[in-house]
Amino acid sequence: MKILVAIKRVPDPYSKIRLDADGQIDESDFTWVINPFDEIALEEAVRLRERGHTVEIVAVGIGDAEWEAQLKTALAMGADRAILVLDDEPADPGSVSELLAAVFRREQPDLVLMGKQATDDDYNQTAQRLAALLELSQATFASALEVSGDEKRATVTREVDAGRETLEVSLPAIITADLRLNEPRYVALPAILKARSKPLERLPASELGARKAAGVAIIKMEAPPRRSAGRRVQDVDELAGLIRAAAGRS
Amino acid sequence: MSDLLVLAETDGAQTLPGTQPLLGFAQRYAAETGADFDVLLLGGTEIGVEAEAYRQFGARRVVVAASPDLQHPTADRAAAVCEAVMRQTGCQSLAGLSSSFGRDVLPRVAARRDLPMLSDVMRLEKTGDGLIFQRPMYAGSLIATVRIEGEDGVFSVRGTAFGPPESVEKTSEVEAFDVATITLPGGVTWISLEAGANKRPDLTMASVVVSGGRPLRDAETFERLLGGLADRLGGAVGATRAAVDSGIAPNELQVGQTGKTVAPQLYIAAGVSGSIQHLAGMKDSKVIVAINNDPDAPIFEVADYGMVADLNDVIPQLMDRLN
Ligand SMILES: Cc1cc2nc3c(=O)[nH]c(=O)nc-3n(C[C@H](O)[C@H](O)[C@H](O)COP(=O)(O)OP(=O)(O)OC[C@H]3O[C@@H](n4cnc5c(N)ncnc54)[C@H](O)[C@@H]3O)c2cc1C
Ligand SMILES: Nc1ncnc2c1ncn2[C@@H]1O[C@H](COP(=O)(O)O)[C@@H](O)[C@H]1O
Repeated sequence: MKILVAIKRVPDPYSKIRLDADGQIDESDFTWVINPFDEIALEEAVRLRERGHTVEIVAVGIGDAEWEAQLKTALAMGADRAILVLDDEPADPGSVSELLAAVFRREQPDLVLMGKQATDDDYNQTAQRLAALLELSQATFASALEVSGDEKRATVTREVDAGRETLEVSLPAIITADLRLNEPRYVALPAILKARSKPLERLPASELGARKAAGVAIIKMEAPPRRSAGRRVQDVDELAGLIRAAAGRS
Repeated sequence: MSDLLVLAETDGAQTLPGTQPLLGFAQRYAAETGADFDVLLLGGTEIGVEAEAYRQFGARRVVVAASPDLQHPTADRAAAVCEAVMRQTGCQSLAGLSSSFGRDVLPRVAARRDLPMLSDVMRLEKTGDGLIFQRPMYAGSLIATVRIEGEDGVFSVRGTAFGPPESVEKTSEVEAFDVATITLPGGVTWISLEAGANKRPDLTMASVVVSGGRPLRDAETFERLLGGLADRLGGAVGATRAAVDSGIAPNELQVGQTGKTVAPQLYIAAGVSGSIQHLAGMKDSKVIVAINNDPDAPIFEVADYGMVADLNDVIPQLMDRLN
């Protein structure tokens, strides 16, 4: 079974986000990482292998040359090869899903694992768009995944607003990882060294012949209105009174 | 901007309260653009009985797409219906709630119709440059003001950012969409839903939310202390990711960047550190109360009232006083 895992490069989610004098994001202090949800998606692919499926794991990222670092990490985590689709344009889910669809058609995987959302743009769209473009089934926000013995179906538990929903999807399908699907492993040094010999293909986006989708223009970014810290309360009776008042119960 | 189809929030059996702010958004959209909106009720055979309740909000039509095949509306099917109803009604734009249902369905329609999509819309406004929107990025660390390319778009709407709709005099027409006229995708089979006990108000709509984190230790303590306090205030219970990860609280209670967004009158955070990801889901609450035994916990930076104390002491005392 071939599994395609989409990898996005994002600033460490614990980074402080500041704007510079021009109102652009100040990236000077950023540490760049694999989007946490994509790490979980990749870990799940590796676990499918460990559970006895014979899998080839292909990591794909669409970005500039800097993304090699994250794709190398993906190789060290267990991907067999990586594809970097070189694109300098600021990407949004419309165009990224078109490019991923082109990669899908080239690779013909049985399963695509992605993150449920990128922690930078917080769009939560790319996987669903990809599924629609390819007219494939989707199961988003997965917290458990099982692939049938014949590798024709997958059973997915999803974290939804009402609780946990279970779906069965026919493969190939697009599945997105939620936080509780697994806990990604630490990558040990031997794996990093071994990953150096794994193939990393660089592919100009223009060679994929994907359409550019209608997008979104950012006019400006700003910090949200700041809440100021209030006051400390020492006494439980006072706190109870404040709570009662705020809850509208006198 | 083009006419808007509004996908009512639904679980298939019935529409859900999140539809109210969504209609608030739709009224706002219509007022700012002069465009019309239609409301789509999608679900199982019973969904049509609710049509009457949606006729008073100024929609041109209330469209009912009822079918046993939509009893558990999976994204592929719901998207196919939205697409067909957009064709039938002539609506070129689409809005839904930024819920697990909306987030699942809307991007699919956006791709099918080649439309740009804005996730988690918090504001819209007409300016000299056309219609502009605001949405959060980087876990709400930034608010982006954006415009879509073209006249048509798909919008997932942040429920806490819009009020309920106003009633109008003119009643909307009710129209049926015949689901049998389209071929529904069949690649997904709905198996089951394991829903939490539903004895408290909906977390995203509640006016009081009592939230807790990892220090609540176990599910029993969480329910006894946070559930107990919430019940005295008629509120809902929320949780941090850490609490959910450690099995203290069920996933549907997670508040934050990757959980639910809430903005109640009162948010009580007990044993919550105040990570940026958690704040993303609750910092628009009217009044925030924090109880934390670390005086330097970041949650105090956003709290109106903070108490440095052990929650195991304070919460039982509060429960006592609020009886
Ligand atoms: C991609 C990503 C997405 C995320 N999404 C979310 C999300 O949606 N929601 C979310 O909540 N988190 C999310 N997180 C996790 C987030 O970064 C924090 O790890 C998490 O919110 C911490 O939870 P906590 O406050 O319960 O735990 P901790 O950080 O362990 O904090 C516990 C707090 O309780 C205090 N405390 C301890 N004992 C007591 C006591 N007896 N009495 C009173 N106070 C006490 C401590 O001082 C501390 O401040 C996400 C993280 C990532 C990377
Ligand atoms: N430029 C990209 N390259 C590879 N994968 C991406 C890219 N952008 C988004 N993705 C994938 O799509 C998921 C959802 O992203 P988003 O829709 O932007 O929130 C991510 O978790 C990735 O798995």
